[in-house]
Amino acid sequence: MSSIARLRPALLLLLLQFCLSVLSPALAISTGSVDGHTINGRIKIPVAIGALGKISNVKVILNGGQNVTFLRPDGYFSFHNVPAGTHLIEVSATGYFFSPVRVDVSARFPGKVQAALTENRRGLTELVWEPLREEYYYEIREPFSIMSLVKSPMGLMIGFMLVVVFLMPKLMENMDPEEMQRAQEEMRSQGVPSLANFLQPAATARSG
Amino acid sequence: MGTMLRGFLLLLSLLSITAPAFSLYEDQVGLADWHQKYIGKVKDAVFHTQKTGRKRVVVSTEENVIASLDLRHGEIFWRHVLGPNDVIDRIDIAMGKYVITLSSEGSILRAWNLPDGQMVWEAFLQGPHSSKSSLLVPASLKVDKDNVILAFGKGCLHAVSGIHGEILWKKDLEAESFEIQHMIQASGSDLIHLVGFVGSSRFDSYTIDAKRGELLKHDSAAIPGGYSGQASLVSSSTLVVMDSAGSTVTTISFQDGKVTFSQTPVSTLIEDFVGKAKLLALKLEGVFAVKTGTHTTFVRVTVEGKLEVVDKINHATAVSDVLEISENRQAFAFVHSRSNGIDLTVKLGADWNHDLLKESIKMDQERGSVQKVYINNYIRTDRSHGFRALIVMEDHSLLLVQQGAVVWSREDALASVIDVKTSELPVEKKGVSVAKVEESLFEWLQGHVLKLKGTLMLASPDDMAAIQSLRLKASGKSKMTRDHNGFRKLLIVLTKAGKVFALHTGDGRIVWSRLLNSLRQSETCENPTGLNLFPWHVPHHHALDENPSALVVSRCGPSDDALGLLSFVDTYTGKELSSSSLDHSVVQVIPLPFMDSTEQRLHLLIDASGQAHLYPKTSDALSVFRPELSNVYWYSVEAETGIIKGYALKEKASDDYSFDTRSIWSIVFPSESEKIIKTSTRKLNEVVHTQAKVVADQDAMFKYISKNLLFVATVAPKASGDIGSSTPEESWLIVYLIDTITGRILHRMTHHGAQGPVEAVVSENWVIYHYFNLRAHKYEMSVIEIYDQSRADNKDVWKLILGKHNLTSPVSSYSRPEIMTRSQSYFFTHSVKSIAVTSTAKGITSKQLLIGTVGDQVLALDKRFLDPRRSVNPTQAEKEEGIIPLTDSLPIIPQSYITHALKVEGLRGIETVPAKLESTTLIFAYGVDLFFTRFAPSRTYDSLTEDFSYALLLLTIVALVAAIFITWILSEKKELRDKWR
Repeated sequence: MSSIARLRPALLLLLLQFCLSVLSPALAISTGSVDGHTINGRIKIPVAIGALGKISNVKVILNGGQNVTFLRPDGYFSFHNVPAGTHLIEVSATGYFFSPVRVDVSARFPGKVQAALTENRRGLTELVWEPLREEYYYEIREPFSIMSLVKSPMGLMIGFMLVVVFLMPKLMENMDPEEMQRAQEEMRSQGVPSLANFLQPAATARSG
Repeated sequence: MGTMLRGFLLLLSLLSITAPAFSLYEDQVGLADWHQKYIGKVKDAVFHTQKTGRKRVVVSTEENVIASLDLRHGEIFWRHVLGPNDVIDRIDIAMGKYVITLSSEGSILRAWNLPDGQMVWEAFLQGPHSSKSSLLVPASLKVDKDNVILAFGKGCLHAVSGIHGEILWKKDLEAESFEIQHMIQASGSDLIHLVGFVGSSRFDSYTIDAKRGELLKHDSAAIPGGYSGQASLVSSSTLVVMDSAGSTVTTISFQDGKVTFSQTPVSTLIEDFVGKAKLLALKLEGVFAVKTGTHTTFVRVTVEGKLEVVDKINHATAVSDVLEISENRQAFAFVHSRSNGIDLTVKLGADWNHDLLKESIKMDQERGSVQKVYINNYIRTDRSHGFRALIVMEDHSLLLVQQGAVVWSREDALASVIDVKTSELPVEKKGVSVAKVEESLFEWLQGHVLKLKGTLMLASPDDMAAIQSLRLKASGKSKMTRDHNGFRKLLIVLTKAGKVFALHTGDGRIVWSRLLNSLRQSETCENPTGLNLFPWHVPHHHALDENPSALVVSRCGPSDDALGLLSFVDTYTGKELSSSSLDHSVVQVIPLPFMDSTEQRLHLLIDASGQAHLYPKTSDALSVFRPELSNVYWYSVEAETGIIKGYALKEKASDDYSFDTRSIWSIVFPSESEKIIKTSTRKLNEVVHTQAKVVADQDAMFKYISKNLLFVATVAPKASGDIGSSTPEESWLIVYLIDTITGRILHRMTHHGAQGPVEAVVSENWVIYHYFNLRAHKYEMSVIEIYDQSRADNKDVWKLILGKHNLTSPVSSYSRPEIMTRSQSYFFTHSVKSIAVTSTAKGITSKQLLIGTVGDQVLALDKRFLDPRRSVNPTQAEKEEGIIPLTDSLPIIPQSYITHALKVEGLRGIETVPAKLESTTLIFAYGVDLFFTRFAPSRTYDSLTEDFSYALLLLTIVALVAAIFITWILSEKKELRDKWR
């Protein structure tokens, strides 16, 4: 219990620190003392963090793997010792699609941010961005519907049968009676094997 | 009637329109795929075993992973793979809640939350020059209620706040090339001692006030006899170093501002000492350890500074760091391996003659020698001390030993896969009935009724669970026999540890594993590294009683001219059949398409001097090979000098199995404007089904299909660095397609304003490569397709009739056909780690690209998206052919990630193997993790899917038969009624 009580002030201090850092315009490119610059930025991930995208598993990648860093709990990240030039920052987070960001680190105007999302060419005034969209990796199972059953091969079989059984006679009725008769004659003369004819010999054979 | 039929057909065709080729329902995860997580060989470990909470051990590994493991089961709580340029130097735990890592030569200090692995803060430490790094987390040192973490790196000492990672103070030691050896906190005070060396002759000691960062004292003295880089701290004011010759021990005492030396030859401590002695890094109060050959000698430094031998162990031994078990009581452990196990001894530092613990632990398999050991203690119920030891073995496996038994073990060699090949499983023996293995008919039907309930959404949660478990154990996918579809195979995997594994494709379990004797360190072979795996002996259909075997090619060191090693492994049992050390080096291995009479594959090994050696060395193999001598060509790529050379064999052999070679062509790239960064060839075993491609207007194009196609990418030397280091004006990428037999450049194309890294894949008659476009500042993918123009005339029917066609003429590299290329480029969002292409048994199924993205996922992308004939407005005929309208970027559809929601951390390669079933290909992706799945590029058109409902089919048939009988009876009745009328 006492340990928790001791922890509290520290936590408060931590929170205060974060609030301050949010207020201060820290999201810029600052010159380092040696040869490189520092890129500071922030990634906003929607609050609804599911089982997939934990903020602790988000990676921020500079120039395709030259530097890799991770996010602080508040979404901030920084790259140190970056030479002047135009760089590319990618974000790898399971469950989200991030556009890569091009960042110009200028040697002449230190502290000036020039960044843009490469996917839609939207400029960023501050180096703060969020995912373009969520990614869902699985097909969603559609709830049971009559249509899905009808669409299945078996459903189609039954459907076809129903059409033949019920619609065909209707169509036949609409036909010209004379024509119908002629057709029936034709069929008889050709001797279309009907199921009854087919089964009867077998039945007689069995009885006999 | 006719319109109705047509409508019906239209309905059918509408229903058959396909969704994306790869898509998975969430409940299908784990049916055809498996995923395994690894960490790599542990190089440092810190225990966290407080009374409350879960016990864990935090480790850093050679694969640059930081991970927190469950001490009870060895599972991973959390894990992070750091960037390749950000090597972890030190780890520690601060304040009982943060894991501290110091990486990038001591310039990045990070704190991770211990329970969930969330990064809490990151501090960047700067300094004037690079140096060794060191980390100290003092337990009791506080500045304004804040814990201080001391990190030394880049020649500066930094004090960092433990709570939010601010740099409290920084002290530049202003000493060029000061190599820190130890950072010591004087007990009970705020003083920090830094001891280290400058060059190999000067000893330096600094005393710094940890609260304010003031340098209080600096002593420096030249060491007599030089310094070898090995040092051991025996007390807070005494350091023992080994001299550069490895024959004299120097004791350095740096108390009270005075530095005094005393030298003792190793030979006075150890009798019959010859050779070089090594100091072990042991931090035990008053004792240091000297390693000579296989012996380890422990030497005590008395208060007066005298040295006396306390113990001598005659085995290869690993010694742990010192563990403080209570006030002023220190324990440490040493472990050595026996023939079938290991011996663990824990001793108390002060009382040498008494063992706290002596255990011998049996192990069920050969794991080689012990490399590292870390110990941790716990209080038993009778208040005595118990010890657990974390042991790293030669095969990179990690064991936790407690109470004389191995509690858990991890096979972390699998995090460093070098090469993968597949082997077929044995055929099912006759007499073992399939029915016995399959469940009874009733159970089968029950399962299908359950499935039917599932599809009709009538199943209760219990039923759903039953369905899931049924699916997971479905159809004996982990059986040890060959299956009809060729889904079950063995993945033979060669790892950096020199251990070969066989993994079952069904569930990913390890069927066997073998630490190859030839790949273990020995006196003749200091640093053996595995290179490649090849199928050596694949029995013919009629000789299935023989076991297949694989060839492991390796060499004795990292350089090209190190001597080679061959090892032959039985792929069913894992037995090492034989091994041989070669008298030449191995630069290249060419598997030849020939076999000798015992069905051993012929291989040609090229050494550094350009000689070719034939294996197996039998006269039989030689007689097979001799007639083919003039048909063997190969090439070499010298990336540093920018030369690609083609070779052929000389007819005259220098000895029976070795052949001299002659250079037949060479291509020299101008070094001032071009630098080779990538070469790629077609897979040797790829099968191409159709030689021609039918295009929209009833026309055909003939593919230029050559097994000897080499793709080469060069960039401007200025643009060979990272992105951001060059401007678009000074960078270009040039790609070449080269015939490797004649050296003919088939095609050359320049991309201005583009740079590497380039990833490429060659298949059939096309190449796809990925690079960075500096002008658009986006990644791009391009495709080049090559067509054979000389055969285009064959379309003329008259020529065919008159026999004036060249269809029967053999395809040869020497025929120099007219070729035509087509290409197109598209934007691609992500950077790419690896590209592969699906391969199927007959090559009929359309291809999909497998792209390993920077986020360690594998994306399947239909080759139709990379078709040079795509245009903005395709004609009707082209649309029917399946040409997709042109877009400037390639689509990324989340459902087509074959790794779905998983990541293959540290992805390095993707291997595809055809299954027997034409529609299906097997995919194995490896990095720190392993992932395997089955993939159908154009859906499973030749088999029913797993969730096909047989019960529904049966039901339909029953319903149809019933309907037939009912209608029959009805019609009979009607007929009867008509007759009576």
